[in-house]
Amino acid sequence: MTKKPWISLGGIGVFAVLLLAVAPLVLSDHWLNNLGKYCCWAIAAVGIGLAWGRGGMLVMGQGVFFALGAYSMAMHLTLESAGDRVPGFMVLYDPLAPLPAFWEPFRGAGFTLLAIVLLPVVVAGILGYALFKRRVKGAYFAILTQALAVALATLISSTIRETGGDTGLSDFKYFFGFVLNDPANKIMVFLIAAGLLVVCLLVVWQLYRSRFGELLVATRDAEERVRFLGYDPANVKLVAFVVSALMASIGGAMFVPIVGIITPAEIGAAASILMIAGVAFGGRASLFGPALGAMAVGWGQSSLGSTWPDGWTYILGLLFIVVILFLPNGLSSLPARFAAARRRPEQKAAPSAATPELEEVRS
Amino acid sequence: MHVDALIAPLLNGSAQGALLLLAALGLSLTFGQMGVINMAHGEFLMLGAFAAYLVQQVITASDLSIPVALPVAFVVAGLFGLLLEVTIIQWMYRRPLDTLLVTVGVSLILQQAALQIFPSQGVPVEKPGWLDGQLTVLGYDWPLRQLFTILLATVCVAALSAWLKHTSFGRRIRATVHNRDLAETSGISTRTVDRLTFFTGSGLAGVAGVAASLIGGTNSQMGAQYIIPAFLVVAAGGIGQLKGTIIAAWAVGVALSYFAYWTTGSLAQVLAFILVIVFLQLRPQGLFTVRTRSLA
Amino acid sequence: MTDASLVVTDLRVEFSGFVAVGGVSFDAHPGEVRFLIGPNGAGKTTCIDAITGLTKGTGSARLGEKELLGRQVHKIVRLGVGRTFQTASVFDELTVLQNLDIAAGRHRPAISLLRARRGVDPAIERALEETGLAGELTTPAGILSHGQKQWLEIAMLLVQDAKVLLLDEPVAGMSQDERTATGELLQRIAAKRIVLVVEHDMDFMRRYATRVTVLHQGRVLSQGTVAEVQADPRVQEVYLGTADAMTEG
Ligand SMILES: Nc1ncnc2c1ncn2[C@@H]1O[C@H](COP(=O)(O)OP(=O)(O)OP(=O)(O)O)[C@@H](O)[C@H]1O
Ligand SMILES: [Mg+2]
Repeated sequence: MTKKPWISLGGIGVFAVLLLAVAPLVLSDHWLNNLGKYCCWAIAAVGIGLAWGRGGMLVMGQGVFFALGAYSMAMHLTLESAGDRVPGFMVLYDPLAPLPAFWEPFRGAGFTLLAIVLLPVVVAGILGYALFKRRVKGAYFAILTQALAVALATLISSTIRETGGDTGLSDFKYFFGFVLNDPANKIMVFLIAAGLLVVCLLVVWQLYRSRFGELLVATRDAEERVRFLGYDPANVKLVAFVVSALMASIGGAMFVPIVGIITPAEIGAAASILMIAGVAFGGRASLFGPALGAMAVGWGQSSLGSTWPDGWTYILGLLFIVVILFLPNGLSSLPARFAAARRRPEQKAAPSAATPELEEVRS
Repeated sequence: MHVDALIAPLLNGSAQGALLLLAALGLSLTFGQMGVINMAHGEFLMLGAFAAYLVQQVITASDLSIPVALPVAFVVAGLFGLLLEVTIIQWMYRRPLDTLLVTVGVSLILQQAALQIFPSQGVPVEKPGWLDGQLTVLGYDWPLRQLFTILLATVCVAALSAWLKHTSFGRRIRATVHNRDLAETSGISTRTVDRLTFFTGSGLAGVAGVAASLIGGTNSQMGAQYIIPAFLVVAAGGIGQLKGTIIAAWAVGVALSYFAYWTTGSLAQVLAFILVIVFLQLRPQGLFTVRTRSLA
Repeated sequence: MTDASLVVTDLRVEFSGFVAVGGVSFDAHPGEVRFLIGPNGAGKTTCIDAITGLTKGTGSARLGEKELLGRQVHKIVRLGVGRTFQTASVFDELTVLQNLDIAAGRHRPAISLLRARRGVDPAIERALEETGLAGELTTPAGILSHGQKQWLEIAMLLVQDAKVLLLDEPVAGMSQDERTATGELLQRIAAKRIVLVVEHDMDFMRRYATRVTVLHQGRVLSQGTVAEVQADPRVQEVYLGTADAMTEG
């Protein structure tokens, strides 16, 4: 019970070495770039694990926060690449079109970084406060978050002059002064994304072992009971929701220099559901499950999804059905399940009330 | 400003609201009465639209085919719903959020299957000749199709509420909703009730699909655009409240229509979303799950 | 700990027209084990629900100077009013220690939430001793026996430092020995706190009650010491079926 967190910490260490030291040495540029992309999804997934796995809030619209980070970054990189001129897509229809006012501050690198952090915090803070204080939860919360993702994607699609519409923002040449085409800089961008993923894992590791983690699980399982201990569950949930939104935003921000394009398709309902798929697959309440699951699904999406798109959609659909139906705690619960199955014949231990996810919780 | 600048969005919005209501009716039955969030509901709607198309391949006279398609779509979508209930949902009544995700998977599969079976650009559903005309309302030429949607929604609502109120099955449904354990010990087969409720709710989606096919395109994506608004309508209306659902559907339809008229279609969606959030702030009661004394 | 008393005056609760509690008044002071009894559906739980903010009630329920009605649940708890539930509700998936730690948390600064727990809070140790759960520190609450869950709930109220303990049927489903242990526990903790017990078990009530309020159909039927209440003919009438239980040894 006291030892387990340190084992997990060791796991994060191994993961960090693999990502930050081994991967750049053994992977080709192409695959390293892909891995960087999966890392971005994994960062968002770690946040979903916190909000959904531990907090019980099914966040079906993380694409919104992914978008806040991604578009903040993309606007900055677009402006950086355009120099003094107005970005090309804006003057496509009207050569004299001015730069929309909300773009202007994103010229500044500092403002952009601040926006990537503050925008999701503010938006999730307001939305979460409004919903949690009114005790909107469960399916309502899930559908409302998804509705927000749909609305935002639609809004971006339709504002082609301001946001690039469906074609999105792309053709970034510089990343805070670094030439993006340069292979060395590409590795640097990858290392930043991978490093941020490790940091996010460390953050949730500490949160899960802290009193807050226990309180969050208690709130998930018996929200009303927590109230009778003098806590306002809305605040507990709000913290988890805001942190998860921040992580999604960070993932989105790094997605832009790595993939080189951001479109509404990457942030809408389907994309948000894809993020959930990875978390469910890996194990929503575990430490590594969401990240690894998201990387696996990300890999499927970008390889199978392009070579065999029809089949991939079926696989994704089946994945939801099979995993949620038979393995609600994802792949990460398999070892514990096998162990339990092996132990059962020998000793008839006290009936364990704990599901595998709680083994983690108790750590 | 012309009169029709005010009238047109009102009439169009009412029709849009009626379509929403048709899509939401089944949801309010399955979610409101059973607590199951079926994200494949939109795809059942799609199935209804494709059923209408297939009926038209057999009965080429479109005047006749649409009236035939309505019951066919009801049964087809209903049977799919029944299949879903029997194979998956019945195992998950205690895990509502997980049901939501499982049915997301089902909806992905149904969409993809439709995409592969039918042409990807969609199929044409012929409008019957008797829906071609217009009705002039205060100088605005209102398409009869829209009036038809409203009539269809009215008929469905009337039939559903009569069924719930006056038939023994309807009473059993309400008894089960009210107190499942008690219903069970009083000899009601709650399993049969669940299945019939699900069949009916899904079937209503099929009917909505026929109506949708007469107004917009019939393709694999059509269901996805209805599920969220339909759910918001059910939420805003209050659980299991037929009256609330009707008012909410009409209000959302008209609001969307006016917003779209003043701004753009996509901004209208964003505004509608904000409207729902604000509404929830004012009247969260509509949102509460049935008040129970347990702390669960 | 406190001299403030809990004073309930003309408490009324309605459920869409149905009057579950129709003008109930009673008070409870530190140092006594106060009992609230009555047949099923008398409105006992509803009284507690109203006092703790779970259900909306009118009238007044004051703890010392402070009015409780109209406040939010968690704010009422922060004033020192704690309760248990008719069906034991602890966090099944957390250990006994984690359950208690969460209960103790409201006295800690918010920032300390971000740290992991180290060791066992002295207040928690005391509560564990008091309730005899010391051996179950790392047991998941879900596998505790029914009686142990009830004790855990009481222990949670102790670490929470509640001034008022509202206990809804704390000995239901307990063995005779467990009842005795619970009764003695209640007497001990009542020394410095207000303890209000809702119970059906007449024997238990007779042994440990200092004063009793009898509710019937949402109204106070009788009030006084055990002997006074038992002698009241109206109470005997209501408890016709169980009248023997009321008067026998
Ligand atoms: N949420 C509610 N909605 C409607 N009626 C309610 C509600 N809660 C309680 N009641 C009714 O109020 C009355 C009082 O109930 P209450 O639970 O307070 O009784 P009680 O004295 O605690 O009974 P028991 O000894 O069975 O626990 C009962 O008739 C009950 O049916
Ligand atoms: Mg009671």
